Amino acid sequence: MKKIEAVIRHFKLEEVKNALTAANIVGMTVTEVRGFGRQRGHKEQYRGAEYTVDFLPKLKVELVVNDEEVEKAVKIIIESARTGKVGDGKIFITPIDEVVRIRTGETGSTAI
Amino acid sequence: MLARMRYWGLATTAMLLCCSNSVFAEETAAPAAAPAFDTGNVAWMLTSSALVLMMTAPGLALFYGGLVRKKNILSVFMQCLFLMGLMSVIWAVYGFSLSFGGTSPYIGNFDHVLLKDILPTAPGVWPAQGTTGIPKALFMAFQGMFFIITPALICGAFAERMKFSTMCVFMILWGTFVYCPIAHWVWADTGWLCEWNTAAPYRAIDFAGGTVVHITSGISALVCCLIMGKRLGFGQEPMPPHNLTYTAVGAAMLWMGWFGFNGGSAVGSNALAVNGMVSTHFAAAAGLITWAGLEWIQRGKASVLGACSGAVAGLVLITPGSGTVTAMWAMVLAVIGTCVCYWACTTLKSKMKYDDSLDAFGVHGVGGITGALLTGVFATEMVTNPGRKLGGIDGNWAQLVPQAVSVAAAIGIAVVGTTVILKILDATMGLRVTQDDEVQGLDVTQHGEEGYIFY
Repeated sequence: MKKIEAVIRHFKLEEVKNALTAANIVGMTVTEVRGFGRQRGHKEQYRGAEYTVDFLPKLKVELVVNDEEVEKAVKIIIESARTGKVGDGKIFITPIDEVVRIRTGETGSTAI
Repeated sequence: MLARMRYWGLATTAMLLCCSNSVFAEETAAPAAAPAFDTGNVAWMLTSSALVLMMTAPGLALFYGGLVRKKNILSVFMQCLFLMGLMSVIWAVYGFSLSFGGTSPYIGNFDHVLLKDILPTAPGVWPAQGTTGIPKALFMAFQGMFFIITPALICGAFAERMKFSTMCVFMILWGTFVYCPIAHWVWADTGWLCEWNTAAPYRAIDFAGGTVVHITSGISALVCCLIMGKRLGFGQEPMPPHNLTYTAVGAAMLWMGWFGFNGGSAVGSNALAVNGMVSTHFAAAAGLITWAGLEWIQRGKASVLGACSGAVAGLVLITPGSGTVTAMWAMVLAVIGTCVCYWACTTLKSKMKYDDSLDAFGVHGVGGITGALLTGVFATEMVTNPGRKLGGIDGNWAQLVPQAVSVAAAIGIAVVGTTVILKILDATMGLRVTQDDEVQGLDVTQHGEEGYIFY
């Protein structure tokens, strides 16, 4: 099992979610995050006081999938979240030791 | 037809009222029959009083609240709300009397302490406010709303760092020793700066409070931020407004409330009130597009905060002249004045390096002074036909002298009063919260609450 964390643009969430569910990859957690990579921040001005905003708002989508589904899921996210401009985000993949469904106590793949 | 019927209806009602009054007088040989009040005037002054109250909260509270960081939103709301309570009580106890009582040119007296002779003096007998056709109690209530918003404006200068307890004491003293005297100078019939006091040495035109409200609060704001010092981290860490939506809503409410502020200063429902409202509206409009336009030209974008600031600047600027300046000249006045305010908030502030958190000085102080002086230029006899030339465009450039004197007087009492009060409080109570408290935010440390709770 692997966890896929994808940092994406806000307005791409619907597309990503729809593409994943269409491919039968269901269940995800979304959080609002701030950060920066290569995309540069912007300047904001309030009555002449100027601030450089480095940390840009993004969404982080987290999902856990079986090993054989990782490639498919990543491909779907890339296709649905891409605009081709700097700032499209990143995908991180990490191994997961165990998954437990709270209601039934099931573990492993069946709990995903 | 409908209009005529209404007219007759009114006439009949009036006749009935007269009859019932005279019958009443004969039957009881009553103590001087209660004066019949002018329903139109009473209705408008009731409305205006409510509008001016609305300016402090939610208007000003939202306007200022959106500009602070989110850990301090409640402290700003509390300052505005608490002043509604505190200043109102003081106004009833002695504030009104000290402002409008007696016949001295310099200060009121204690004739109306605890609203003596303001509230009914006999069953159903309401003392009248001169020849205005409204009860004294209503005039007192309307003026009381100004006693709330003026100190509330100062809060913008020391936002995010002043101790709440000290603020309360400061406002009591400030209201007593700064506001009451200058309100008496300018607006009491015998005040030495009063426009309609023919015996006054300087008959300054201040219709709705350019000097009394905006210069005093704006200058006191500057003194406050100079004496109290900057917020922790000012200039090093970003302090952008946390919710400009609030600020925009607040600005719109201020704009609307100002119709009562300036329109109500006519103390009647008449052409003067119409001028107050109309000039006010167009000055705000001109101020808005001026500020936003300057940003657009200078920085490439017109900002929401700029539009809000411009509208408020326009409103401040026209306040002293809203009874004498007609709408077209009001727009000219607002355009000139807004440029000055814009310069004060963007250039002067960063050059002088004072931390006027929410630009109380830049908008109200600078706008108040500019507006008071420009009133001497644009005031005209056209509004009320007072039987004399008023401002520069009437050919009476000498009006600039009393305008300048009133500005100097307002600056003087604000600087001296605020400095003395703050120095005393600094030595006794302390002005600022501790560094830890300031970092944590005033909401939690001063009030034990949070503005935004997520769970």
